[in-house]
Amino acid sequence: MDGTTIENRIKESIQKNKGRILNVYFTAGYPKLDDTVQVIESLAREGVDLIELGIPYSDPLADGPTIQKSGEQSLKNGMTLETLFSQVKQARVTTDTPIILMGYFNQMLQYGPEKFLSSAADSGVDGFIIPDMPMYVYEEEYYTLFQKYNLSISFLVSPMTSEKRIKKAADLSSAFVYVVSQSSITGKSGEISPQQISYFEKIRNILGDHPSLIGFGIHDKSTYDLACTYADGAIIGSAFIRALNEEGDIPTLVHNFIKKIR
Amino acid sequence: MIESKVSYHPDQRGYYGNFGGAFIPEMLYANVEHLRKCYLEISHSTSFQEEFNSLLKDYVGRPSPLYHAKNLSKKYGATIYLKREDLNHTGAHKINNTIGQILLAQRIGKKRIIAETGAGQHGVATATVCALMGIECIVYMGEIDIERQAPNVARMKMLGAQVRPATSGSKTLKDATNEAIRDWINHAEDTHYIIGSAIGPHPYPDMVTRFQSIISEEIKSQLKEKTGSELPDYVVACVGGGSNAAGAFYHFLEDESVKLVLAEAAGKGIDSGHSAATSILGSEGIIHGCKTLLMQTEDGQIVEPYSLSAGLDYPGIGPLHAHLIKSGRATVYAATDDEAMHSVLEISKMEGIIPALESAHALSVLSQMNLREEDTVVMCLSGRGDKDLDTFVNYLEKKENG
Ligand SMILES: Cc1ncc(COP(=O)(O)O)c(C=O)c1O
Repeated sequence: MDGTTIENRIKESIQKNKGRILNVYFTAGYPKLDDTVQVIESLAREGVDLIELGIPYSDPLADGPTIQKSGEQSLKNGMTLETLFSQVKQARVTTDTPIILMGYFNQMLQYGPEKFLSSAADSGVDGFIIPDMPMYVYEEEYYTLFQKYNLSISFLVSPMTSEKRIKKAADLSSAFVYVVSQSSITGKSGEISPQQISYFEKIRNILGDHPSLIGFGIHDKSTYDLACTYADGAIIGSAFIRALNEEGDIPTLVHNFIKKIR
Repeated sequence: MIESKVSYHPDQRGYYGNFGGAFIPEMLYANVEHLRKCYLEISHSTSFQEEFNSLLKDYVGRPSPLYHAKNLSKKYGATIYLKREDLNHTGAHKINNTIGQILLAQRIGKKRIIAETGAGQHGVATATVCALMGIECIVYMGEIDIERQAPNVARMKMLGAQVRPATSGSKTLKDATNEAIRDWINHAEDTHYIIGSAIGPHPYPDMVTRFQSIISEEIKSQLKEKTGSELPDYVVACVGGGSNAAGAFYHFLEDESVKLVLAEAAGKGIDSGHSAATSILGSEGIIHGCKTLLMQTEDGQIVEPYSLSAGLDYPGIGPLHAHLIKSGRATVYAATDDEAMHSVLEISKMEGIIPALESAHALSVLSQMNLREEDTVVMCLSGRGDKDLDTFVNYLEKKENG
């Protein structure tokens, strides 16, 4: 199966800045329900390459306290999929930066898979990360639908993923392979260990040219730079959400955060 | 004509019909896949079987009695047997599973055990086997459950386990399970997660069901001894995630004359907005790594359940049970908090047995089943009520004060 045939904004953006890609994650509807558009616009203005928009979920198994709390707040703010799609549509009026939705498989199933993907595509979403959707389920049941709506998908690999499976993830990932930096949930913020470096090297050797981004625990300039040495760039989530919590208006907070990273 | 027979066992990928599978983040894949490949071989090995059976006999105190409850029988107009899982060491069926899983964890070289618990019975059963084997034990428990099941928290601590409060969401079993899964992601290499019910990603539902299947294995031979037939007309069990029900049903699944009945917790009433009647209120979706029936919103947000009984306060149900219900093999009834409390008092006063609040739900549904004089009913009395004394006392006081 050739998973790399999706020609969309994500692919363009990755080609343009391969090696220094900055993908920033935040939870839609956070801190306030209507902040989504402004955060997207601010990130776009600061020149980030990809925006990963988290769909808040009641039971985010792979997420640490920071993302959990932001999701809880967003749901309390009244976030729904309907609202989220309309916010993306609104942001698309002013920005062309690729938007990737990150959510859990139950959300897609319950909304109705085709309706979910078509609404996303309609609103201007470019791709998905669904960490609990098994690869075989995607391959056998949803590959065609993702193609139909020109949406990319990214699968995760972790330090415990076998070589065979890493290759499979690369085959199926039409955007980039999401390299989880350590066996952990999101939000850890320590230094990167020599063990992790040798794991990154192993992944790079297996993936060759296939685009990959390192995420989980990337939280500052030095971890971002390091990730860029061993992959095509990095994904920052919890650290950015913590920055959004600080005093100040959103454009300034976003500007100050990105300036510190690159 | 050849009839295509419905299977009640998971296929290669862990599906019972439409339900089951393993929907987990990649960080857990290697562990779950390893378990999938080895759980049958290890648990069928002679050394495992010998150790498992000897612990069940001498440590747990099995076989648990099958008791002819004459007074309840008279009241409900049928022959009622109670399968006395309440008499097991630690006071519930949960220990059958934790013994099996600790032996498995040792054989796959895991050094650290985590578990989730609602009523605290599974937490105590896990802490117990960890004490026995000298393995570190961490139990996640919702903050609310820590309050309402205080005696079990004290027991876990005495047994050397660390009890960590789950403070997210509804602060009950669902959230404790989330925390346990997150811990497992963070410690994937050295840790085994002992899930306490027939839920979770494949192979857990099947693994837990097999370890609990000793319940129905014993029922068959005990019933044969008492009545001449190993088959009752009904087997009734309460269902939280479904482990005592799965164990009580397992060896009857293919005996289609035996009707299987699940008792769910209706909480304050099915339509009250405060209920844990999962299969009745639920729809197909994914919870804790498996596709099953769960309570959720239109947007796929998992709904926080409610039951006075901490062990039934779970928004999902095992995939085997979802399959049994959808294929018509099992029937579901629900009992409210009030009905369950009524049953607690009834079993206590009529038979001299104080049941767990969870187990009492199974008695509460008998009156909905249209039993006939000649029916033989086996009810799984999954646990004893010591842990619930505070809840009972508070409830009765509230009633007295109007
Ligand atoms: C005594 C007792 N019965 C039943 C249950 C419900 O669990 P399951 O449905 O897995 O049997 C519990 C759970 O804590 C319990 O403690």
